Amino acid sequence: MAHAPAIEGAADPRPLRQRVQAFMLARPGLARLAVVVLLFGIWEIAARFYVDRMFLSPPSIVFSGLYLVLQTPGIPAALRITFFELSIAFVLAIAIGVAAGLTVGLSRFAHKSFMPIVLLLYGTPQITILPLFVLYFGIGPASKIAFGVTHGMFPIMLAVIAGVQNIKPILLISARSMGANRWQIFRWVIFPHMIPSFFAGMRLAMTGVLLGVLLAELYVSTAGIGYFTTLFTQSFDPTKLLGLISLLAAMAIVLNELVRRAEIRFSRWRSS
Amino acid sequence: MRPRADPDKNRWASRAVQALFLIALISFWYFLTASGRVSKILLPGPGPVLYELTDVLETGEFVSDLLITLTELAVAFTISTVSGIVIGYLISRSPYLIKVFEPLLAGVYAIPIILFLPLYVLLFGLGMPSKFALGATISFFPIAMNTIAGFGHVDKVFITSARSMGASNFQMFRYVLLPAAFPVIVTGLRMGFTVALLAILGSETIASLAGLGHQIVHFSESMDMARMFAYITFAVAIAAFLNAVVSTLETKGKS
Repeated sequence: MAHAPAIEGAADPRPLRQRVQAFMLARPGLARLAVVVLLFGIWEIAARFYVDRMFLSPPSIVFSGLYLVLQTPGIPAALRITFFELSIAFVLAIAIGVAAGLTVGLSRFAHKSFMPIVLLLYGTPQITILPLFVLYFGIGPASKIAFGVTHGMFPIMLAVIAGVQNIKPILLISARSMGANRWQIFRWVIFPHMIPSFFAGMRLAMTGVLLGVLLAELYVSTAGIGYFTTLFTQSFDPTKLLGLISLLAAMAIVLNELVRRAEIRFSRWRSS
Repeated sequence: MRPRADPDKNRWASRAVQALFLIALISFWYFLTASGRVSKILLPGPGPVLYELTDVLETGEFVSDLLITLTELAVAFTISTVSGIVIGYLISRSPYLIKVFEPLLAGVYAIPIILFLPLYVLLFGLGMPSKFALGATISFFPIAMNTIAGFGHVDKVFITSARSMGASNFQMFRYVLLPAAFPVIVTGLRMGFTVALLAILGSETIASLAGLGHQIVHFSESMDMARMFAYITFAVAIAAFLNAVVSTLETKGKS
C-alpha cells in the first residue's frame, strides 16, 4: 500500500472488495437472485419509458394487478378447466403409455416390429394435425385432453419400453429357475426395474401434456385460458395478459416440480 | 430364456409385420370412407387426398408458404444459435457463473414457452417477427445449456496438461476446449432445431398470416378436408426431411 490515499474511509478499499467478493462467491444463490432482480429491472425500465403501454406492462403493475386478473369473471373457471384438462390428459397418457409400452416392450418380436413405428409417430410434428383434433373432438375440453394425451403418451411408452428392455437377463433367468411364474416375474423383477425410467418418462410426459393442452387451448377455446389470452391480446391489455401468463407459468412449474419430486422419491430404492 | 431364433428370419418377419400394419391402416382408412360410414367432411378417402397432394405439388402453390416457414425457421434458428453459443460460452468461462446461471436457465426452460406466443403476437404482430421471436426463445435454451455443459465440463487433466505444455489461449480454445465441447453443442443444436421447427409450425397454426401451418388451418376452416390432409402430409414430410438432415449432420459432426 505505497500509494495509500489520505482519506480515512477509503484507506482500506481492497480488503472490503475482497470480502464482498468472497461473500458473493460463497453464495451463488444470492447472485442468481441479483440476476433475476436485474432482469426485472430492465423489464420495468423498458416498459415504463421505451415501450408503448398498449403492448407491454412493467412487472410492478403486472404483479400488483394479479388479483385483478383473478377477479375477472371467468378466469378462475378457465384456470380450473385448464387444470382439469391437464390432469385428465396426464392420467390418460400414463394409462395408454404404460399399456402400449408393456405390449411393445415385453416381447422381443413386438419390440422389433413396432418400435420403428412408435419412433416414427413420436418424431412426427403433431401440431400439424391440431385442426383435426378440433374437428373430431369439438372446441371444448375433449380436444385439449386428446391433444395433451397424444403429446404425453409417447414419452411414457418409450420410458416403459426402455425400462423393460434394460433388465439384466440374469435376473430373469434366475427368477425363472427359482420357479417364478409370469406374473411373479412381472411383479417382482420387471416392475421394480421399470420404476426409475418410468418416472423419468413421467417428467417428459408432463412437459408434453402441458405443451399439448396449452397449444390446443391457444388454438381455439370457448371458456379456457386460450379464450382469455386471445381476448387480452385483441383488447391490448398487456397487464392482464402477462398476469395470466405468469399464473399459467406458475402452474406449469408446480406440476413439473411435483413430478420431479415423485421421481426422486420413487427412484430411491436403487441406491439403498 | 430360449435360444434366439435365426435373426435374419426374425428381421424379415418384423418387416412383414410393419408392412402389414401400414397396409392394414390404409385399407382400413379406405374401407371406412368408401363404405360411407364416416362422413366425407370429417375424413376424406385416401384417393382424394392423393389427388389433392399431386395437385398441390404440380401447381406449386405450396412454394410461397414453404418459403415463409423456412425463412422463419432459418432466422429463428440463426438468432438462437448465435446468442445461445455466445452466451453459453461466456457463462461457461467461470465455474461461479455456471453455478449462478445454470439453474436459472433450467428453471425458465421448465415453463412451456409456447405461453409467450400471445405476448409476442401483441408485441410483434401476426406476421413473421412473432415467429422469429418464439422460435428463437424456445431453441435458445437447449443450445445455451448444452454449450455451457460442453465448455464447462472439459476434463481438467486436458486443460492442465495443455497449459503446462505451453498452449496459448487460442491454441487452448482451438485444440482442447472446442473438440471437447463440440459433440455436446451439436446435440444442443439438433434439439434446438427440432423445437424451433415445432414452435414455428405451432405459432403458424395458432396465429399467423401465411406459412404451412396457416395453410392447414385455412383449409380446415373452409372444410376443404382433402386438401387439408394433403397439406398435413406435405408438412409432415418436410419436417421429417429436415429432422433427418439435422440428425445426419449431428452424427457427422460428432465423429
